[in-house]
Amino acid sequence: MTRRRLPEWLVLLLPAIIVIAAVVLIPLLFSLYSSFTPYKLTRPSTLWKWVGTYNYEKILSDAKFWAAFGRTVLFLTIVLNLELLLGLGIALMMNKVTWGQRTLRTILMFPMMFSPILVGFQFKFIFNDNIGLVNNVLQSMGFNAALPWLVDGKLAMFSIMFAEIWMSTSVFAILILAGLFAMPRDPLEAAKVDGCTPWQSFRHITLPFLMPFIYIAMTIRSLDVARAYDIVQIMTGGGPARRTELLWTLMSRTGYVDARMGLANAMGYVSIILSILFTVYFFRKLSAARAELGMAG
Amino acid sequence: MTEVTLSNVVKKYGALQAVHGIDLDIQDGEFVVLVGPSGCGKSTTLRMIAGLEDISGGEVSIGGRVVNDLPPRERNISMVFQNYALYPHMTVRENLGFSLKIAKRPGAEITEAVNEAAQILGLDELMDRKPAALSGGQRQRVAMGRAIVRHPDVFLFDEPLSNLDAKLRTQMRVEIKKLHQKVESTIIYVTHDQIEAMTLADRIVLMRDGHIVQVGTPLELFNAPVDTFVATFIGSPPMNLVDGVVEDGQIVLDGGVTLPVPTTAGRLSEGQAIKFGFRADNLMPAGHAVDEDGAVYELDLAVTLTEPLGTETLLFTNMAGVEVQGKMFNPRPVRPGEKMNFRLMLDKCHVFDAQSGHAIRR
Repeated sequence: MTRRRLPEWLVLLLPAIIVIAAVVLIPLLFSLYSSFTPYKLTRPSTLWKWVGTYNYEKILSDAKFWAAFGRTVLFLTIVLNLELLLGLGIALMMNKVTWGQRTLRTILMFPMMFSPILVGFQFKFIFNDNIGLVNNVLQSMGFNAALPWLVDGKLAMFSIMFAEIWMSTSVFAILILAGLFAMPRDPLEAAKVDGCTPWQSFRHITLPFLMPFIYIAMTIRSLDVARAYDIVQIMTGGGPARRTELLWTLMSRTGYVDARMGLANAMGYVSIILSILFTVYFFRKLSAARAELGMAG
Repeated sequence: MTEVTLSNVVKKYGALQAVHGIDLDIQDGEFVVLVGPSGCGKSTTLRMIAGLEDISGGEVSIGGRVVNDLPPRERNISMVFQNYALYPHMTVRENLGFSLKIAKRPGAEITEAVNEAAQILGLDELMDRKPAALSGGQRQRVAMGRAIVRHPDVFLFDEPLSNLDAKLRTQMRVEIKKLHQKVESTIIYVTHDQIEAMTLADRIVLMRDGHIVQVGTPLELFNAPVDTFVATFIGSPPMNLVDGVVEDGQIVLDGGVTLPVPTTAGRLSEGQAIKFGFRADNLMPAGHAVDEDGAVYELDLAVTLTEPLGTETLLFTNMAGVEVQGKMFNPRPVRPGEKMNFRLMLDKCHVFDAQSGHAIRR
């Protein structure tokens, strides 16, 4: 009699399959399943109660969820655009620096080296309405008002965006700088001879060349910002009264504070759509920009 | 009328001086080639004319107007670059029309100018392609087309053919010459290739180490080089140079051969160390020469190596201990080591001062 043997290809793939299953597949299926149950962390037995699409229906009709969703999209849009503009500006200036550029490049990355939690604490202090740096400066300049930076809804969003931008603009700056380094000099000289002013050279030659780099930075940062949690949690905790609630603070509150993990997982699946949409959008733009330049793919 | 005048033009990079006070007058419609080995300052000079490099000293004027402080866009020049420098994100049509679009010319005029340039250079079928989809020769044609749409006062070419393969280079050389006949603009062309310089130029400017060594028509440089550098740079194969001294009104080469002084040579002093120069075309075996008139010196030499080229064969041999090259027309096969009776056309030989390298000519 012959022993049953697994086919060779399966044996060879098995280690990878096991790792992927343990790390990705099982948690994914488990969370997907639990989003169809009223799973509460405090009552594990609820995991076995199937409620169908109840959680999803609840989310889709929940004004708080949609407010957080909208706020996240707004947050993403403003932060990404400002980071792009600032990063582009910094990169263009850095590209002109001839002495000490390496050192500058390293310094540029400092904000990225800090833990976002610490950045959150730092800005929470800076924007504190009693003892914070900003209000102190304002008052010593003669403004007799203590602005409620982290209490007023709009100001609090501004403060969080400020912290986020401070921390991550260098991602754009560095990627765009890499693009500027890779850029051939000849077309710029040809443009000069063809009659371009410096602005026209930038607009018609440099910028199209940088677009692929910009879209790569956009993709990376959109995924990053869409899951913004730590800075927000530290600075405002999504409050006051949910006025700075983003998707992930809402989800963590639902899952861990209210212990309604089933509902939180359902929120996760809905909000992942957001990330996927942004990624697909920027990737489309990226390949279009690369095709423009005659690069493959 | 667009003459280009350089007077005492200097380029310094910090302590390093790349161009040492160049004077040059270029006539309207003239095709001038700046040629020289790499690092001789020819490209730098061209880029100063274009406005892509600052001028450290002296004056450049185009059409009588000093342009030292004008940006390139105000000089009304076009330039063709070695690496084509096409705009990668634009089609051929957009590349050609870009300068006119920037100048805010009306659309109909742009279309007309672009179509005209495309027709001159045979680009009609490539108009909607991006540069990445073009071959090297096609890219170079687009670069030239981009230069001509604007009808500039002066065309500048910076080694435009160096990135092409040999066959294409010959082809494009002809096209550039045709283009010049058609547009009749002033052209300043930089190359390190003496054949390009010879074939294209109305006048050649030969440069070395930031100085102009000689300016003249191709034949002037070929027939009357001012020094050994010009003699060996222009012409292929390079001129043969053999060391010798002047003794009793004759030239004694170091290896012991004694020759009469060529009729072209100027005053030589007794005992003067010289270099005796002659081209391969002036050392030919008896019966295989083009022209045996004039003073001829006969000598027997053993052929060490042959390079058949079809209509002629290059013969390598030793003369006074120095390897020299001769030529044989209507060639027949020659064995290495075979002794042949060579004829040296004395009227076409050159004498240079050994120390300074300068030609000694009547």
